Amino acid sequence: MTDVRTPRQLMMWRMFKDRLARYMVVFGGINVIVAVILIFIYLLYVVIPMFRPAEIARVSTYALPEQARTLALSLEEQATMGMQLLDDGRLRFFDTQTGEQVGEARLPIPEGVRIMSVARGDPASNVFAVGLSNGQAIVFRQGYRVSYPGDKRTLTPFVEYPLEGNTPLQVDEEELPLDKLAVQLDEEQATVAAQTPDGRVLLVHAAPGESLFAEDEGWSVTRYEVAHSGKPVLRLLLDKQQRDLFLAREQGIVDFFDISDWDEGPDLIQQVNIVPPGRTLTRIEFLTGDISLLVGDSQGTIAQWFPVRREGQRVLTHIRDFDDFTSPVKDIVSEYQRKGFLATDAQGRVGIFHSTAHRTLLVERISDRPLLQAALNPRADAMLLLDDSQAHFYRIDNEFPEISWSSLWGKVWYESYPEPQYVWQSSSASNDFEPKLSLVPISFGTLKAAFYAMLIAMPLAIMGAIFTASFMSPRLRKVVKPTIEIMEALPTVILGFLAGLWLAPFVENHLPGIFSLLILMPFGLLFAAWSWRMLPDRIRHRVPDGWEPVLMIPVVVLITWVCIAVSPSVEASWFGGDVRVWLKETLDIDYDQRNSIVVGLAMGFAVIPTIFSISEDAIFAVPKHLIQGSLALGATPWQTLVRVVLLTASPGIFSAVMIGLGRAVGETMIVLMATGNTPVMDFSIFEGMRTLSANIAVEMPESEVGSTHYRVLFLAALVLFALTFIFNTGAEMVRQRLRRRYSSL
Amino acid sequence: MNLRQQTREWWQSGNPWIWLNAGAVSVSVLMVIGLLLLIMVQGLSYFWPADVFDARYQEADGRIVRLIGEITDSETIPVARARDNGYTLDEGTGQITRYVVKIGNRDIYGADFKPVFAPFLIDITYPRDLIVGERREWGNFYGYPLRLLHDGKVVAEGEAVPAALAQALAHVTDLFEQVEGLRKHDIGKINYQMERLRLERRRLELDGVKDPSAYADIERRKAALQAEYEKLNARIAELGRELNRDSLIIRIQNDQEMTIPLAKIVRVYYPNAMSVFAKLGTYFSKIWEFVSAEPREANTEGGVFPAIFGTVLMVLLMAVLVTPFGVIAAVYLREYAKQGLIIRTIRIAVNNLAGVPSIVYGVFGLGFFVYFLGGNIDALFFPEAQPAPTFGTPGILWSSLTLALLTLPVVIVSTEEGLSRIPRAIREGSLALGATKAETLWRIVIPMASPAMMTGLILAVARAAGEVAPLMLVGVVKLAPSLPLDGNFPYLHLERKFMHLGFHIYDVGFQSPNVEAARPLVYATSLLLILLIVLLNLTAIRIRNRLREKYRAMEH
Repeated sequence: MTDVRTPRQLMMWRMFKDRLARYMVVFGGINVIVAVILIFIYLLYVVIPMFRPAEIARVSTYALPEQARTLALSLEEQATMGMQLLDDGRLRFFDTQTGEQVGEARLPIPEGVRIMSVARGDPASNVFAVGLSNGQAIVFRQGYRVSYPGDKRTLTPFVEYPLEGNTPLQVDEEELPLDKLAVQLDEEQATVAAQTPDGRVLLVHAAPGESLFAEDEGWSVTRYEVAHSGKPVLRLLLDKQQRDLFLAREQGIVDFFDISDWDEGPDLIQQVNIVPPGRTLTRIEFLTGDISLLVGDSQGTIAQWFPVRREGQRVLTHIRDFDDFTSPVKDIVSEYQRKGFLATDAQGRVGIFHSTAHRTLLVERISDRPLLQAALNPRADAMLLLDDSQAHFYRIDNEFPEISWSSLWGKVWYESYPEPQYVWQSSSASNDFEPKLSLVPISFGTLKAAFYAMLIAMPLAIMGAIFTASFMSPRLRKVVKPTIEIMEALPTVILGFLAGLWLAPFVENHLPGIFSLLILMPFGLLFAAWSWRMLPDRIRHRVPDGWEPVLMIPVVVLITWVCIAVSPSVEASWFGGDVRVWLKETLDIDYDQRNSIVVGLAMGFAVIPTIFSISEDAIFAVPKHLIQGSLALGATPWQTLVRVVLLTASPGIFSAVMIGLGRAVGETMIVLMATGNTPVMDFSIFEGMRTLSANIAVEMPESEVGSTHYRVLFLAALVLFALTFIFNTGAEMVRQRLRRRYSSL
Repeated sequence: MNLRQQTREWWQSGNPWIWLNAGAVSVSVLMVIGLLLLIMVQGLSYFWPADVFDARYQEADGRIVRLIGEITDSETIPVARARDNGYTLDEGTGQITRYVVKIGNRDIYGADFKPVFAPFLIDITYPRDLIVGERREWGNFYGYPLRLLHDGKVVAEGEAVPAALAQALAHVTDLFEQVEGLRKHDIGKINYQMERLRLERRRLELDGVKDPSAYADIERRKAALQAEYEKLNARIAELGRELNRDSLIIRIQNDQEMTIPLAKIVRVYYPNAMSVFAKLGTYFSKIWEFVSAEPREANTEGGVFPAIFGTVLMVLLMAVLVTPFGVIAAVYLREYAKQGLIIRTIRIAVNNLAGVPSIVYGVFGLGFFVYFLGGNIDALFFPEAQPAPTFGTPGILWSSLTLALLTLPVVIVSTEEGLSRIPRAIREGSLALGATKAETLWRIVIPMASPAMMTGLILAVARAAGEVAPLMLVGVVKLAPSLPLDGNFPYLHLERKFMHLGFHIYDVGFQSPNVEAARPLVYATSLLLILLIVLLNLTAIRIRNRLREKYRAMEH
């Protein structure tokens, strides 16, 4: 060595290096382990926000001028500006932070006429109407023009009159005041419903006239008087499709009219009491999409009702209750885009709810007076609440209301569905779509796919392992074991591709053949074995023990060939030439080309090596003296196998099955390619499924980062993680116990 | 003993069950072999220049049409199904053969394939002058060569066509390669530099640099590049004119004449006139094209070179990432950590991670690596490219990191196993001679355990090469415009997306518009991938066996 350092220095240097190495390895090792744990933590970190309640933060409280005379209230997209409709026909625009007025508009109300009622159309359309004391109604649209002078968002409110300029619409030709009002307006038509003090309910429908050129025929108007019991109506509700009309009375009686046929007039479908006995109706509103009714009563219960099709009729049905208030419900405001809503009560409390998830996200007391009116902005991240003197402006943090235990794992009664169901349907083109995020169908699909795969794989792999470990000649074993094991490394994308493009059409064309193969194979093998036994010893002794599988190969090939070859004839003579048609017509079973048989075969193939390899090891590891002892006591090889070997190796085989199951549950590419990926819940062997893993692979690339959908997919991943972790840990614990048992033998 | 007694005895001995178990082994092995054979036959036959027939065919409605094409598949189906298709057949015949005939000329007929019932195919001939050509667009063409044109003038006709065509095609292919080279390499380089200049300028703006000379410099460089670009473009246009002068006219099955510009032709051959050796030549040239060329026609034709390249590069990156971390973790667990309940739990957890579905890693990779890490890297280091993401989008780096995490347990478990097999005596001997623990590790233990590490690494690589599901989320694309490794600084572009053999199989087999035509290519790709993985696994097994031998020697 050319080292010039003294031995002592060298020693110090070596010790330093040793310590350094220790610290580095410990640091690095712990970091790697932390990184591995990070997976779990990160998945949780993404998932957990979904289950947090909503939060609200007070921004400001102020008194709006003439607050008591407010008829309607609305907030613009980002909630920087609000609109207050006053009972003298003025629209006040104000800054939501301070309440200061920033603009004003005036509705064209004739001299000496008062506003009697106000109505709001679909929130997204920004349409309002006021009912006047002379039987007229003014329909107007109020919106904001957004511009960016100097990169600053600037809003200019505007009011326009979509129906024939700004001349009011004469709803009641007898010129009585319009006490109650409902309005809807879209590009194709407009409808106004109103009630007069004498109890008449009037319906006016306007559609662009036949002749587009005639000025005076701009709108053709149809009028009806709705025949009802005549009792005063608390609220008129008209859906945005302008097909349904609801007359809600204080006692809770609702008349449900179909008004879609303008030639026939309104048609009473149902009269129903929607409030429990002893209570009165205090507030009724549509949920976004105008399918559900949200019914608030005098005891603070908010109930959701919607029409359900029963025997060809739509019947208003009670769906679910939100029982979080104890005093009369004062106002209900639906969100613009989600199926959530906000409600206030007489004790000054506000609640944020989600209908589909049946979830109460927040209940908080805002004021010690009743909260009379509420408004949400379209993004649902701010609200303005009015009591009799103060306005309270709040920011809302409520990003993931759609998720709850019941919406993920329970049956949910979705709008327009005949009954509560498990449904996965995460997206749709429509804006007011109700996301259906039940994990049940896809978890079911996962287990179904794994079940059929195990059905194929377990017998083959375990029986194969038994023979390979116990009876096979060592020379043959050296070839067989690696051959099967190397398939474990076979990319599953190849298996999936073969299953989807080769096996699926093959199975479809040879369905009788496949079934007879599955049934005949064991019998054929037994028969071959028996024939072999009956052969003269001379021939039998030529094949040494442990080479039986080689003898069986031609048998297997022959049986397979026969089954497949006769399949078309069987199909032609017994099933009328086409099994699929026969299944459909005789047994009423649908046949998907990519079905459970295909998945079972392909995924079974994928897990055979896993199960085979581990159980073979377990059986092979059974101490030889046990076997020899048993044989020496006169047991036949088979008795020894069943009573001694399998018993001893059973924990190992169990652990092999668990690990195989874990693999089948998590497998992605095979199920992605070999199933139709339809999230149906069906045990049928002829239908496909969608699994958790395939669902993630299909939907993840398209989901918006941070959205509920994105997080639900993370939850699916977490479920998958947990499932496989449970299977694997179970297997590992069994294996450790096995090891202890062997060490005592 | 009579037969019945014998049978009963045999039954009671349990022997039938043993035979059944033997049967299970045979079934499993046959499934494995059958699968490999299926892929091999389908994958390798794709490249074979099969004979092309010219025949007449009676359609269901009785019309007789001419058919030129090659039989790619045949199956036996019940007569009933043929009858469903409108064919009149005698009641008696139970089964019927149906061929799938590749007729090519997709631009004329609209489909590549035609199902044909054997009994209606008559007057089959194999004329020697039938030509098959592969085109850059619209798939194969089949027909009789008539004339070869140069600038619209006939230069060869009839018998003279093949020789003239071969010569002209060689020239045109040469030109085509030149154009492609210019387009891909030179223009690609200029585009890349232009983009960098744009980013440089944006960066200056973001930094608030007001000095006009900096901007002028960028503008000057931009102008120089622009000039070079114009020059190259002019050259390409010139070559393009030269390229488009030749064309071939053939007669196709409906006796129509079809003009094919030579620039669109990849190769032509006359299968019916070829000897077996000539066919072999074409066969290997097609295989070579498959592994070395770029894909054509939405990946359904041509080669898979970018996918091979992407797979290999990604796996190499992954190996570089996973080895040190896996080895350090294993050394820590085995050599430094205090063996107790916690370490045992960690060991079980690490073992279990090997069984966690790969798609879960993909989800984690997408959320954590791509959006969280990548998003932050973009915000810190690449503000000039915003809002277009640089690292905040799936790419090869994130793919290899995700797969490194996925294969980490394999390396850890394997290394640990190697470490635990090293006899205590050797370690103690080293320590007794005065070596420190680090020295013992570095000089004695790790070299002895290195085969185990290699095994682990190779198994990890084999697993990573076949894994597709997580990559679909974190970085593969069906068609990457450029390789992640090229001649432009910094040469290795870790943020780029890449192509992958496994994803190629999924994409071409399931997402391509013309699955029927693409299927043989998918078989070939599968075969390639299997070869790669089997090779890696066999290496791992060999190394493991060598390692065992070595220890056996040491134990005595």
